[in-house]
Amino acid sequence: MSRISEKLKELKKKKKTALIPFITAGDPDLKTTKALVLEMERRGADIIELGVPFSDPIADGPTIQAAGIRAMKHKISLEDILKLVKDLRRKTEVPLVLMTYYNLFYNYGIERFAVQAKKSGVDGVIAADLPVEEASELKKYARKNNLDTIFLASPTSPPQRLKLIAKETRGFIYYVSLTGVTGVREELAEDLISSLKRLKRLTKKPIAVGFGISKPEHIRKIRRYADGAVVGSAIISVIEKNLKSKDLVKKVGNFVRRLAQACY
Amino acid sequence: MLPNRRGYFGEFGGRFVPETLMNALEELEQAYSSAKRDGRFQKELKYYLSQYAGRPTPLYFAQKLTKKLGGARIYLKREDLCHTGAHKINNTLGQGLLTKRMGKKRVIAETGAGQHGVATAVAAALLGLECEVYMGTEDIKRQSLNVFRMKLLGSKVIPVKSGFRTLKDAINEALRDWVTNIRITHYLLGSTVGPHPYPVMVRDFQSIIGKETKEQILKQEGRLPDYLVACVGGGSNSLGLFHPFYRDKRVKFIGVEAAGRGIKTGKHSSPLLAGSVGVLHGSESYLLQNKDGQIKETHSIAPGLDYPGVGPEHSFYKKIGRAKYVPITDKEALKAFLLLAQTEGITPALESAHALAYVVRLAPKLSKNKIIVINLSGRGDKDVHIVAEALGVRL
Ligand SMILES: Cc1ncc(COP(=O)(O)O)c(C=O)c1O
Repeated sequence: MSRISEKLKELKKKKKTALIPFITAGDPDLKTTKALVLEMERRGADIIELGVPFSDPIADGPTIQAAGIRAMKHKISLEDILKLVKDLRRKTEVPLVLMTYYNLFYNYGIERFAVQAKKSGVDGVIAADLPVEEASELKKYARKNNLDTIFLASPTSPPQRLKLIAKETRGFIYYVSLTGVTGVREELAEDLISSLKRLKRLTKKPIAVGFGISKPEHIRKIRRYADGAVVGSAIISVIEKNLKSKDLVKKVGNFVRRLAQACY
Repeated sequence: MLPNRRGYFGEFGGRFVPETLMNALEELEQAYSSAKRDGRFQKELKYYLSQYAGRPTPLYFAQKLTKKLGGARIYLKREDLCHTGAHKINNTLGQGLLTKRMGKKRVIAETGAGQHGVATAVAAALLGLECEVYMGTEDIKRQSLNVFRMKLLGSKVIPVKSGFRTLKDAINEALRDWVTNIRITHYLLGSTVGPHPYPVMVRDFQSIIGKETKEQILKQEGRLPDYLVACVGGGSNSLGLFHPFYRDKRVKFIGVEAAGRGIKTGKHSSPLLAGSVGVLHGSESYLLQNKDGQIKETHSIAPGLDYPGVGPEHSFYKKIGRAKYVPITDKEALKAFLLLAQTEGITPALESAHALAYVVRLAPKLSKNKIIVINLSGRGDKDVHIVAEALGVRL
């Protein structure tokens, strides 16, 4: 069983929803990313998603776009991020997921990527612009290397697509909470809970909800219906506000702590 | 028959988009395939193309240009004479009618040169659709005339400040809008790029160019041409001309890419000549990227060619050798612009001037009984400011 599946199984027994923070690797630099991963784990993160910055992030709103621009100032590549993960693996066993756009994997070479990602200690991969229909190559090499391929499902996916996604995903289903791009939202989408209930009836695979999940109160509302909550832009906003502060890592940690407390 | 059911031309194409868009693309594919077979839809489109857009456009024998270059006989397919001044309207009327058929009330579009934006704004005004057009701030500066035209037509122009602030970034922003407003909005994409079914649908709507050309040349010359020449941005005017001749193997296709300041300088927009295969904006095709897979900045004097990607069908044509691709620099295009203005009294769009510039090189090398057809995809009024600046003239 993968690190991700094991973690989700263990949390399920404890009746806890997994807290899955997303940060952009290299924002503001790789050294800080490393410190952030370790701090977030210490403060209650269960699985961590690292965004690999891409020049054309079509599924991302302004906050994650800006994080990508800050990271790209150092010309950070997928290779650099694999090295970072390798380095992190000497200190932590927290499940790590890379999330980006398909061209970066494609350009690296899908087979080579799957092999190197596994070797470096990556547990799962997500390409935001890769629907299940186009994923045969990535699936093939990811399966060979015991790397989870996580697929997204959305409010516009009809039942037969949801079933297909549930069948093909590994680790968990990443349910996009709203029709839109990533970004902080005040309120959850109105139909979110009913959609999650419907999805639960279609599959036994764990479901993590992301896009727009921004505060502890949101997590409290969904935790009975979801196995995980992904929080990205809200955390990156804390980074953004504290770019000049020497307490950046601690402040992010404090926020993660508050989110984690909402998961029980 | 290409593309295959999943939208692949050989190994190029496909549908690489966020899950949120998948259902809408399937719906679009179905709506388009039923419209294609529906006589009433086709009749309505034909009506608007002829009575509103001014089709068929002439296939004009450029006698003076032919004489001046002293070789092959040169014909110009006059898409510049279409309503709004470019071929783009063939596609926007088609997709506009399709939008109504799907019961959607809002369209969004991206634009570089502003030609597709204007053509979308026109179709939206005509068909009673709400319209918002995304345009990079760099292009807003370069094509201010078209920006104002869109506003006059009742559309909203949304400035895009991200990335390199040109066409690529306008597409990114349009896609983000589409993901957000998918249920009420049709994305009226302007070229043969993007996820399936856009590359094939836009090509089909533009194929009227090649179909007319075939009839016209047979009437005027009694035979098919030897060369078809067109500029390649995303690929819609070129594929529109080429596609109806696909099986006529003796007709050679030449696609002209924008070489900007020269391919070697790195400041160009020539993915087929200097790029590598990757995935951008929903399809697998040639594109300009760095060694890490990040999309590179492009350059062309012609805003409509200033794009790092190209339609998957062109990548396929390149791979099987059906078309030949050649580079033309900013300078060569400018010279061709002036040449056509002064020999024939026609100011071409800077995009189309690229196609023309290659013919300036090609025609003299061919014998006088050869026939070349150039797709004059648009008129140059929108480019007068750019040309003036390049010539050092202050207006
Ligand atoms: C007049 C004209 N020609 C050509 C193009 C390039 O696009 P495509 O390759 O899709 O024909 C444009 C794009 O804006 C244009 O305005």
